[in-house]
Amino acid sequence: MSSDLFDPEWVAERRRATPAATLTRRQFFRVSGLAGGGLLLSMAMPGISEDAAEASVFEPNVFVRIDPDNRATITVSQSEMGQGVRTTLAMIVAEELDLDWSRVSVRTAPANEEKYGRQGTGGSASIRRNWTRLRESGASARAMLVAAAAERLGVAADTLETGDSHVIDPASGRRLAYGDLAAAAATKPVPDQPSLKTPAQFRLLGKEHPGVDVDAIVTGKAVYGADVRLPGMLYAVVERSPVHGGSLKSYDDTAALKINGVRKVVTVPAVGGSTNVHAGVAVIADSTWAAMQGRDALAIEWNAGPHGSENSAAHSQKMHELTSRPGEATVNRLGDPDKVLAAADDVLSATYEVPFLSHATMEPMNCTAAVDGDRCRIWAPTQFPNWAARATSEALKIPAANVSVEITLIGGGFGRRINPDYAVEAALVAAQARAPVKVTWSREDDMRHDFYRPAALHVIDACLDDAGMPLAWRQRFSTPAIRATYSDKVDVDAFGVGESDGAANMLYRIPNRSCEYSYLDSGINRGWWRAVHTTHATFAVESFIDELAERAGKDPLELRLALIDELEVDRPEQNEEFPFRPQRLKGVLQLAAAKAGWGKPLPAGHGMGIACGIDHLSYAAEVVEVSVIDGKLRIHKVVCAADCGPVLNPNGGRAQIEGGIVQGLSAALRERITVADGRIVEGNFGDYRILRINESPLVIETYFAETDAHPTGLGEPSVPPIAAALANAIYAATGKRHRSLPIEI
Amino acid sequence: MYKLKVNGQTVELDVDGDTPLLWALRDTLGLTGTKFGCGQAYCGACTIHLDGKATRSCVLAVSAAAGHDITTIEGLSPDGNHPVQVAWREENVPQCGYCQAGQIMSAAALLATRTNPSDADIDSAMRGNLCRCGTYVRIRTAIKRAADGGNAA
Repeated sequence: MSSDLFDPEWVAERRRATPAATLTRRQFFRVSGLAGGGLLLSMAMPGISEDAAEASVFEPNVFVRIDPDNRATITVSQSEMGQGVRTTLAMIVAEELDLDWSRVSVRTAPANEEKYGRQGTGGSASIRRNWTRLRESGASARAMLVAAAAERLGVAADTLETGDSHVIDPASGRRLAYGDLAAAAATKPVPDQPSLKTPAQFRLLGKEHPGVDVDAIVTGKAVYGADVRLPGMLYAVVERSPVHGGSLKSYDDTAALKINGVRKVVTVPAVGGSTNVHAGVAVIADSTWAAMQGRDALAIEWNAGPHGSENSAAHSQKMHELTSRPGEATVNRLGDPDKVLAAADDVLSATYEVPFLSHATMEPMNCTAAVDGDRCRIWAPTQFPNWAARATSEALKIPAANVSVEITLIGGGFGRRINPDYAVEAALVAAQARAPVKVTWSREDDMRHDFYRPAALHVIDACLDDAGMPLAWRQRFSTPAIRATYSDKVDVDAFGVGESDGAANMLYRIPNRSCEYSYLDSGINRGWWRAVHTTHATFAVESFIDELAERAGKDPLELRLALIDELEVDRPEQNEEFPFRPQRLKGVLQLAAAKAGWGKPLPAGHGMGIACGIDHLSYAAEVVEVSVIDGKLRIHKVVCAADCGPVLNPNGGRAQIEGGIVQGLSAALRERITVADGRIVEGNFGDYRILRINESPLVIETYFAETDAHPTGLGEPSVPPIAAALANAIYAATGKRHRSLPIEI
Repeated sequence: MYKLKVNGQTVELDVDGDTPLLWALRDTLGLTGTKFGCGQAYCGACTIHLDGKATRSCVLAVSAAAGHDITTIEGLSPDGNHPVQVAWREENVPQCGYCQAGQIMSAAALLATRTNPSDADIDSAMRGNLCRCGTYVRIRTAIKRAADGGNAA
C-alpha cells in the first residue's frame, strides 16, 4: 500500500556512483534495422550522437522530436516488458502536444540517468512518476509551436488551436504542419509553466488504442534481448555454482574444447554486494547450440560454500518456530492485542504459508556485451539500466561513464530484470573475448539462479467482541527478507518494516492490533516478484478476514465494508502524497461485488470468493467464481474492480489487470520452488508448472472506478487479492479451507 | 550440409545434423521471430509449422527437418495479415509478446484444420503454449474472432 515499500531504487541509491552517460565522445557502434528480424549493429563507425542536434528538427526536450516531414518521435525512458509503457507514456506526450497518433514513432531511450532521470521500471510507478513531467514536455512543445505559428501568421498565440500535428487558425482556416514550424519553434523560449489540458479535452487518453509494438510482435519482427545480433558476435552459456554463494573448485574443459564451434572456456568470478553474480564457467562458441554442447562436456567441481545444507522443509519448520513466539521486531502496534487475546474466551488462529517462487519470464535471462579496453557496451532486456551500468563499471573496474546500456524489448520482467547480475556476468565474459558476446541462459539456468519471491509464513490470532466485530488482531510473520540479499548486515527492524507491506498495512480498523516480524536466514537469492510482499501478506489477511466473518456469522463483503475506515495505527513507510482513502477501497469492493452479482444463488458445487487490497497505491477488489465438481476445479469467472485514478490507456490497463490475475492464480494453484541441499530442485516447466490456457479463467471482467486523483499504476495491484479470493471461493464451494499455497484440491 | 525449405525458400545449412532447428533458424539464418523458451518442448515459444503442422523447433533436429516445408512467423503470410495476426491486433493480445509467435503459429495450425473451434478444441491445441503475462483470455477471444472471419466473438 505504501508507494515505495517496494522501491528497488533504494538499492541503487545506496550504491549511487557517477551517473552513466552514453558514449557520446566515442561511439563505436551504430544501430540500424535489419529486414527479416534481428538488429544489426555495426562497430567502429563515427556514431549517431544521442545529443546531436540538427538545425531543421524541433527537439524542445529529451522526450519530443519533430522532423520537417511532420513525423514525431517520442522517447520513452522506461523499459517495455509488456506493461505498455511505450504506448501509454507516449500517449501522454502526444495528448498534450496534440499529435496525429498515426505519425508518432516511439523510441526507447538508452541508459542515461543525467538526461532522463532514474529509469528504473518497477513498482507500478511509470505512469505515476512520469505523468506530470510528460504532460509538461508535450504542452511546452505545443506552446513553442503555437508561438512560431503566431509569428508567421501575424496573429495572437491565444487565438490559435492545435490538432493532428497542426497549428490551426480558426479565423482564417489556415493549417500549419508542425514539421513546417519545427525550425522556427526551436528558437522560441521554453515556457516555465505550460498550461495543461483538462481531462474533458483529452482526445487520446482514456480511449482504446492497441499497443505500439503489436504489429512488430505478431509478425516476428520485435527485437528482444535474445534477438540482438552483432557482426562477429560470439555466443556463450555459463555453468553456475548450483548452490547460491558457492565457489569454483576445479574444472576440466578438455572435452568441451573438442566440440565443433567451441572457441574458448573462461571463468566468471563471483560478484557479491548487491550484484550477486554466481561463480561460473563460460563456454564461448560460434553458436548458442555449440556453447550449450560445450557446457555439457565440462567437468566441474564446486565448493558448496556456507549454504549447501539449506532445504525447504527446514525453512518451514523454522518459520513455524519463529512465529510461535513474539516477533523479533514489532513493526507496529495499536492498543494491547496480547492482553485482549489472553482474556478472550474464543481466539481464532490460523497459519498461512507460501513457498519460494520463480519469475519464470518467458524470455530467459540473456545479455549481449562488448568490451573494448576500458569501455563496455551492453544490450540488455533490463528493468534497471542505470543499475546495470553502475554494477558493470564496478565489476570491470572501468569508469561508469564508459558503460553504455541499450534497453531492448523485454520478454517478461515481473521484477526479475531489476537485478543487474546477468548484465554484469555478460560483461565479465565479453571482457575475456575479442568480440561481442551474447550470453544466453537456458530455462534451467534461469529457474535455478533466480531472485525468488521468498517463502513466508503468517500466523494470525484474533478475537471478536459481543457484536461479532474483531476486537484484537495479532499477526506474526517470518520470511527471509528480500532486503537481506542486498545488504551486508542483518537489521531485523528494518527488514520488518520492509517486508510487512500488506500486513502492518492491513486495512481493517481494529482497536487492538499488532504486526510482528522474525527473520529467517537464507543464502538463496531473493528479489522482487510482481507485487512483492503483498503476494503473501494479502493472501493471509484476506483469507483470515473471511474466516472471521464466518465465525461472526456475517457476510464477508459486509464485514469488510464495516471495518474499512480511517486507520489509527501507525503504518511504516507510507507515501504521504497518497494517503489511504477508505472510500476508494469500499468503492472497488462494492463495484466488484455488484458486477459479479455477489450473493446471487449459484449452482451446486459452485462458490464465490471476494478479496481486496491496495498495492503500489492502487486499489483493487476481486470476486472469483469457481466450481469444484468431482475434485476438479474450474475458474469460471473473475471480476476485478480497480481504482488507479484516471485510466489513461483502458485497453492496456485491462490487460495488466488480466495478466496480474492469471499470474496470481498460477502462483496460487501451481508454483513452488523447492530448496534441497542448497540447490533449487525445479528446473523447467515440467516441474515448475505455470498456468496453462485450459486452467485459466474463461472470463475476466475489469471495471475501473476512475476516482479523480493523480494516476497510479496497474501492473501489480490485481495480483495480491487473487489468491485469497480464490481460496475463499473454493471454501464457499467445498467447505474446505486452503491456507497453504499452491492449493491442492 | 542440409537443404531446408524455409518460408518457401531453399537454404543450405552447414551445421551438425543434431542441431535443433530452433538454433539454426535463430543463429544461422537470423530468423529470430521464433523464440527460445525452454528447450524441452514444454512452453511452445519455438512453435513453427512443419508441413503445416504446429511443431516445437527446439526439439526437432535439422537432419529431421530437411526435406520438409518449414514455416516460421516471418513467413506465415506475405504481408503480416494472416487472419490470426489480424485478430491478434484487433484484440490487442500481446503484452510482452515473447510467446506470441508460438501462440500465433499454434492458433494458425488449429484453424487450418478446425474452422470453428470449440473451447475444448482451443484448450487442446493451445495448452502447450505458455504465456507468463497471462493473455489467455484474449488468445481465446482472438482465435474465435479469426475463425469467424474477423468478427468479434
